Amino acid sequence: MSADADTLPRVTAATADVTPPRPFLREHWPWLAAILIAVVMPWFFFNWSTGRHSGFVLTMLSEIGLMTIFALSFNMQMGHTGLLSFGHAILFGLGGYCTAHALNAIKDGGLWLPTELVPLVGGVGGLFFGILFGYLATKQRATAFAMITMGMGELVAAAALMFMGFFGGEGGVSTNRVTGVSLLGASYSSSWQVYYLIVVWVVICVVLMRLQTMTPLGRMANACRDNFERAQFVGYDPRMVRFYQFMLSGFFAGIAGGLYAILYEIVTFDTVAAPKSATALLATYIGGAGGFFGPILGTILVVLLQSGVSLLSNAWLLYVGVLFIIMVMFAPGGIVGLIGAHAPIARIGRLRELAVPYIRVLIPGLFTMLGVVALVELASFTTIGASQGKKLAVGGLAVDTATALPWIVAAAALLLGGFWLRREAAAFRRRWDALMDEAKAQGAAV
Amino acid sequence: MEVFLVSLLNGLVYGMLLFMLSSGLTLIFSMMGVLNFAHASAYMLGAYFAFTISLYVGFWPALILAPLLCGLIGAAIEMYGLRRVHKNGHIAELLFTFGLALIIEKCVQMTWGLVAVPYRVPAGLDFPLFSVYGTNFHAYRAFMLLISALMFVSIWLALTRTRVGLIIQASLTHPEMVGALGHNVPRVFTLVFAGGTALAGLAGVIGGNYQVTEPSMAFAMGPIVFVVVVFGGLGSLTGCFIASLLMGLIQTFAIVLDYSLADLLKQLGITITSSTPFAEVLSVPLPRIGALLPYILLVLILLVKPRGLMGTRDT
Repeated sequence: MSADADTLPRVTAATADVTPPRPFLREHWPWLAAILIAVVMPWFFFNWSTGRHSGFVLTMLSEIGLMTIFALSFNMQMGHTGLLSFGHAILFGLGGYCTAHALNAIKDGGLWLPTELVPLVGGVGGLFFGILFGYLATKQRATAFAMITMGMGELVAAAALMFMGFFGGEGGVSTNRVTGVSLLGASYSSSWQVYYLIVVWVVICVVLMRLQTMTPLGRMANACRDNFERAQFVGYDPRMVRFYQFMLSGFFAGIAGGLYAILYEIVTFDTVAAPKSATALLATYIGGAGGFFGPILGTILVVLLQSGVSLLSNAWLLYVGVLFIIMVMFAPGGIVGLIGAHAPIARIGRLRELAVPYIRVLIPGLFTMLGVVALVELASFTTIGASQGKKLAVGGLAVDTATALPWIVAAAALLLGGFWLRREAAAFRRRWDALMDEAKAQGAAV
Repeated sequence: MEVFLVSLLNGLVYGMLLFMLSSGLTLIFSMMGVLNFAHASAYMLGAYFAFTISLYVGFWPALILAPLLCGLIGAAIEMYGLRRVHKNGHIAELLFTFGLALIIEKCVQMTWGLVAVPYRVPAGLDFPLFSVYGTNFHAYRAFMLLISALMFVSIWLALTRTRVGLIIQASLTHPEMVGALGHNVPRVFTLVFAGGTALAGLAGVIGGNYQVTEPSMAFAMGPIVFVVVVFGGLGSLTGCFIASLLMGLIQTFAIVLDYSLADLLKQLGITITSSTPFAEVLSVPLPRIGALLPYILLVLILLVKPRGLMGTRDT
């Protein structure tokens, strides 16, 4: 929890009653800034000449929003309770299926519910399945829990293809979000309305999940993660703590699934399948599972990678794999951990001395990356691209992958860049260690 | 009866293939605690290597060379990758192998293409060996059984009769003590990882032409191998063996037994119509849920016995 503790205002029992409560704005400005960015973001991509929003950007932003809820709900289990789940997507997807059926029922007139509140149906569905699956899975912890959730994930994914009634088989369940029932009189026929609906739900869910970490249950979850035997001695039943966390996590995952159903108007079996669960794990780990904010950053990065890079490259999964390997090897605390590592140096006010070393590492790093990307793209275009009839072009210039020159250039960039990077990285390391020692000497390191 | 015998033989073949894949993972998992997602990728690599090697020098050298290549790759992964990640915890190791699995799949796609390669059974073994009640039993299946049985015996001998095997066995349960006695535990880890990967590669060599050699074969095989390992229990090769055969037999028999819960209930005098609640669930025929049975068994056994069938330690 070190990253979280760093970002929290340091209030100990002894000083709590003397420090006056900080003004709301000063304490929560990053949150408000994030909301402001979320609100204005679509307008940067607004096409003023045609007066239309960019559909691609809106969908991507909406995806980031709902995946944020999903990743945070995953982290309620992984980061906060120490439960690694391989089947978290079943709660998300089942919430989505419930929502799709609810929307269809509203359309048919069998149910009255304004569209704004429809994600709640997903939440209740997620809660229901969270109780059902959580009751069984939370009997165990650690690897046994992980394996049970994996089994459940595979079961539900296979069932989704098998049972037509609820899951709609391979075609999934299609629905229509324009039900004509709304509290605000919005039709939700255009994607910007849906985006703002998602933003509102994201804010509500993030605030609720943040507050949940401060409740006794949230604190006990941390205790059960760190030392479940001690938690037992204090008189808590770790199993029940795990169960409640799983349930609540299911509720939020279900809301995310509900938003998914509203956004895409179709729910298919990939929402419950293993790759969806993996996305949550990856986003959480890349962002940093230790704190509360990590998964949000991780989600933004992963969704950008997914929707951005997958458009550009056939081999985007390979880049994702390389990114994970680099992250687990060099930044096990995720992005938040990386930022947090700079705190002692920032505290002694010498952060700017790292600027030059950073730039010196960045240049060869960029070279190496270009070399890798070029090699991968060349290879992928000779086999996969050729079979799809695509041609590689860099900046409008066609590159013939059959000639040796592009390969030599790419390999040279990789080798020289790599060699250069090694040298610069060693220099960076020395500078970093020296600054850290300084910080320790001044007592700024914790 | 004929269905029974043929399915029994096929189930044995599939079960032994599973055992070859999962025995390595059991050793790796129990010893190092690594949930190795790239294990099934080694299976895929074994099949693809064997395909390429057999194009040039034939199937028999490939049977030796492809697993060796896989073993070398495994050793490199352990020495230069996993060992460094180890200090960052189990989830980091798991994600490392997951990233590796993604990379291997993509590299395989880039090298051999997106569609299945024509990796065929060698001509020398491509004939029906004998027939049971009119159904031919293919010589290649007998060969698979032979290879897996040989492998089983040699693993067993290596683990119980050699010095290294005894150290490995000791490291399964008491790694710290083995280290304290002066054995080079990291080297044992590398050895086990390489050996396990080579076994997976061997399974790929003989399984790739039995099934289909395609880029998605790793992700199709991965979960079932986990199921076998966890079902059998950590630290127990015997448990792994039983679990492999059980899963192999279950999956094979489920395909031929065309019954559903509704049929069972009919015997008890309850008829299922489309208006009965859960009619759809009850009337699904067994062949369709055959692939699901291992997962159901996994969830059930972990709920009752978190150590698995014959596990010596908590998972």
